[in-house]
Amino acid sequence: MSWFTKTFSSSIGRKIVMSITGLFLCSFLVVHLIGNLQLFNNDGGQAFNVYSHFMGHNPVIRVMEFVLLAGFVFHIWDAVALTRRNKAARPIAYAVNHPEQNSNWSSRNMGLLGTVILVFLIIHLYNFFLPTKTGGLDKVMIDGVMVDNLYIRVAESFKIWWYVVLYVISMIALAYHLMHGFQSAFQTLGLNHKKYTPAIKGFGYAFSIIVCLGFAAMPLYFFLFK
Amino acid sequence: MILDSKIPEGALAEKWDKHKFNVKLVNPANKRKYDVIVVGTGLAGASAAATLGELGYNVKAFCYQDSPRRAHSIAAQGGINAAKNYQNDGDSVFRLFYDTIKGGDYRAREANVYRLAQVSVDIIDQCVAQGVPFAREYGGLLANRSFGGAQVSRTFYARGQTGQQLLLGAYSALSRQIAYGKVKMYPRTEMLDLVMVDGKARGIITRNMVTGAIESHSGHAVILATGGYGNVFFLSTNAMGCNATAIWRAHKKGALFGNPCFTQIHPTCIPVSGDYQSKLTLMSESLRNDGRVWVPKTQEMAQRLRRNEITVAQIAEEDRDYFLERKYPAFGNLVPRDVASRNAKLACDEGRGVGTTGLAVYLDFADAIKRDGQDKVAAKYGNLFEMYAKITGENPYETPMRIYPAVHYTMGGLWVDYNLMTTIPGLYATGECNFSDHGANRLGASALMQGLADGYFVIPYTIGDYLAQMPANRVETSHPAFAEAERNVRDGIQQLLSINGTKTVDEYHKELGHIMWNYCGMARNAEGLTKAKGMIRELRADFWRNVKVMGVNEEFNQTLEKAGRVADFLELGELMVDDALNRNESCGGHFREEYQTPENEALRDDANYAYVAAWEYTGPNQPEKLHKEELKFENVKLTQRSYK
Amino acid sequence: MAGNNPNLKPMNLTLRVWRQKNNHDAGKLETYKAENISPEMSFLEMLDVVNENLAHTGVDPIAFDHDCREGICGMCSLFINGRPHGPETGTTTCQLHMRKFKDGDTITIEPWRAQPFPVHKDLSVDRSAFDRIIQAGGYVSVNTGGVPDANAIPIPKSIADKAFDAATCIACGACVAACKNASAMLFVSAKVSQLAMLPQGKVERKTRVENMLAQMDKEGFGACTNIGSCAAECPVGISLENIAMLNREFIAAKATSDNV
Repeated sequence: MSWFTKTFSSSIGRKIVMSITGLFLCSFLVVHLIGNLQLFNNDGGQAFNVYSHFMGHNPVIRVMEFVLLAGFVFHIWDAVALTRRNKAARPIAYAVNHPEQNSNWSSRNMGLLGTVILVFLIIHLYNFFLPTKTGGLDKVMIDGVMVDNLYIRVAESFKIWWYVVLYVISMIALAYHLMHGFQSAFQTLGLNHKKYTPAIKGFGYAFSIIVCLGFAAMPLYFFLFK
Repeated sequence: MILDSKIPEGALAEKWDKHKFNVKLVNPANKRKYDVIVVGTGLAGASAAATLGELGYNVKAFCYQDSPRRAHSIAAQGGINAAKNYQNDGDSVFRLFYDTIKGGDYRAREANVYRLAQVSVDIIDQCVAQGVPFAREYGGLLANRSFGGAQVSRTFYARGQTGQQLLLGAYSALSRQIAYGKVKMYPRTEMLDLVMVDGKARGIITRNMVTGAIESHSGHAVILATGGYGNVFFLSTNAMGCNATAIWRAHKKGALFGNPCFTQIHPTCIPVSGDYQSKLTLMSESLRNDGRVWVPKTQEMAQRLRRNEITVAQIAEEDRDYFLERKYPAFGNLVPRDVASRNAKLACDEGRGVGTTGLAVYLDFADAIKRDGQDKVAAKYGNLFEMYAKITGENPYETPMRIYPAVHYTMGGLWVDYNLMTTIPGLYATGECNFSDHGANRLGASALMQGLADGYFVIPYTIGDYLAQMPANRVETSHPAFAEAERNVRDGIQQLLSINGTKTVDEYHKELGHIMWNYCGMARNAEGLTKAKGMIRELRADFWRNVKVMGVNEEFNQTLEKAGRVADFLELGELMVDDALNRNESCGGHFREEYQTPENEALRDDANYAYVAAWEYTGPNQPEKLHKEELKFENVKLTQRSYK
Repeated sequence: MAGNNPNLKPMNLTLRVWRQKNNHDAGKLETYKAENISPEMSFLEMLDVVNENLAHTGVDPIAFDHDCREGICGMCSLFINGRPHGPETGTTTCQLHMRKFKDGDTITIEPWRAQPFPVHKDLSVDRSAFDRIIQAGGYVSVNTGGVPDANAIPIPKSIADKAFDAATCIACGACVAACKNASAMLFVSAKVSQLAMLPQGKVERKTRVENMLAQMDKEGFGACTNIGSCAAECPVGISLENIAMLNREFIAAKATSDNV
């Protein structure tokens, strides 16, 4: 093995991949959230559809889509590899174990939370992303350009109660995932200092809650007010 | 037998340098042809094994713990002395030498002690180079503190965990040699016998404590670095596993045992709380730098305290007797250990002790906290205070600590010459297991110094001298001497397992401990010692009739391990009593009530007892034969020790 | 101490103890009574009392590791009621006292559970993996003699203190036992950061961290997921900052060392 593969197949190497991809995915969340705020525009979905058309056709964004995909793949791939390793490290479980007395629930259940998020992601992509690629959406003319009416799909989906419930639960899972994951990424990258760590932790909590509240607010908004 | 201490000729200050020049050397290319066995991986053993490995010898190192890093040196708290004179307060090699000889009540060998003081400075350099994080001043240089029995600050320390840090330094050096393949490490392995071929130590028999396998190991020389035998007393500050088996079995093979009765009773330990007690916990002597030792002035007040009728706080300042400060104004609370212990015992014997048992005195930090603030006191002693609180459930920042003396260190051990060789050629003893440089009483922070001096800087030279004079050919473990020793070991184990009596090993051990503590402890007298001898003999006979050891040899069997050790303690205890009875004087830790000054101080008899008592084993249940090594004092004047 | 503590009523407890003859045996929990236990006893003294009773009734005593019984050798272990070294934080099992339990309690005692810590017998496990990690580089490569004067290397007090804090690790293995992933990162990080902070250790810092971590992975310990239970259960308070430093050392070493 070369030093490179050795580094990234070691336990810390994989953790570094987890943290870098994790932070990258956090940045994606921000972009995604800001863009989707268009849904709250009371214009019958015009701004949102313009935005989604832009996202679907801008070459930079198209390239970034692949980077994003790679981010997810590496994040998940390493998570699976690490989880398998970690399970193997304790083949016999304790008969009585009280980890809640020494650690947070979310920090111990990143795999579970991640799986919930993954399931959500698949449904989410199937419902909203895939149709934009396969032409399964209604069209609408905006400023002389024929674009997908993704807004209608969103508005209709968010009228289904179980769909809204799924979204809200997934966003709660994401929030917990981020609460541990955000600050954990900095720890993995070696940043733990009494001057900065409290700020990173504070920011991480705020970030997790604000981002996930923002996302959860969308289905709730459509379900309750539209 | 004539005991030849092999002290080099010449002026005191030149002996070691001259000797280093005169010893024969093993050619670097030849060193790999010699195998050295090191038993024990505390400061003395780990440092010796590492250093010999660095030099190129093949080393086999053994310890009973699951890792060499756990040897009981790790528990030493206070510090390590060295004549660096970094504080510019008048220290020197000669002063450290003088303090150690005087502190030992003039029962140590001048040449050895001087060498110890000389190499002490190298130890600090070595440890710092290894990355031992000693305490430092704001300027980045090393900090020192003062310690009992000295009027200069020469003690280097790492908070209250100096032993741990030094041991981990030696362990890291050892680990490096293990990685290089120069040291083969055998953890969880106990030495059960010494193998001699043609009158020389050529190997050991061990038991693998996980599988029970009895194994032979051959070498050109054997170093015992197995620590002290304080666990004879059952209750001591030693670790539970500390034992005398290796040195005792070597003793039975012909190594003389020096000054077995010299036991150090440490003044600042947490008192006994019940008969289930398994060990005693030391609170570092450094606490006496700021803590003041006292008991109530009157018996009556002490009684009311014991019955909880009054609290400590209700005792007015003028009703408190700070007895060390009162009796020893020059040294105050910093008198040597034996003096502090004996005075605590005296106070309790007078009925002025505190605690439910009345066997405790106060160590009070109220004044230090008032003077320096709690933060400063916590910075110095925080971990010790925490430990005290955990064990007793009391907060020492609010109520004074209760302390009582406990067995801590054994100055006695295998007799060794200047080269640290026992009376068996090729068998060396280093650290606490030899009869040592501390005479009748060891000064604080000197055990770490001696262990590392022996291992890093003495044995690597002196063992070369021996090896250079012997052929490199190995004795195979198929040699009949190994077979016979293995057979004896197996027979001994079988015997223990076959008795299947009704009393547990611990019950015998506790009983022995009581006898030793009551009659051969802090104060001894001829009548008590004679009585104790009979009691030990009886107990030993009963042990071999009625002890219950369960299980088999071929398994992880902690009862069997303990049984073998207690069997040896039952023999060693009697020798300690014999030695105490023989020494008709008081000196250091050996206090014979018949021999004291009108002020209750130890009364030495230099005319008749300025010697090392070295005992020769003559057979089972036979009286041991006494040999004497006269101590010559050419550089210090023998005086009545005074700390007033 | 007995003196001023009015609450000295002896307790009766039920113990559920992991019994396993050797590494090949499957092992199971057995139930024993611990009667007349003084709150002043240490946890291990309580086990001593139980073992004495077992011996008298002809039952093989419970094997458990212990030595100094003053919290520094790191030999004692025991997973007590779901936590390494029991319910009191910052305390080794030998320093845990029975006053932390109540009359009538049931106490479950298990060995450390980790693939790299195979059980010898009952509650005693093999922690030699830790030694092998240290052997992979947890030292400064200096031979005895020929070193500079101790005061020739000034070290800022703050650094010396931090290095000391890291160096206080007792290698008991509670971090591994507590960690959901049975990770040894806290143990490894304590040694790596102690030596990386000190000028003496800086010379070999890159190779050291690479080799020690390679050995850690080889032993089969899990990976760190920054849960923090290790530091929370560490009896000597080794901080998570050390793990961050270890990560930092690893990244720097992998990026710049000459080892390919």
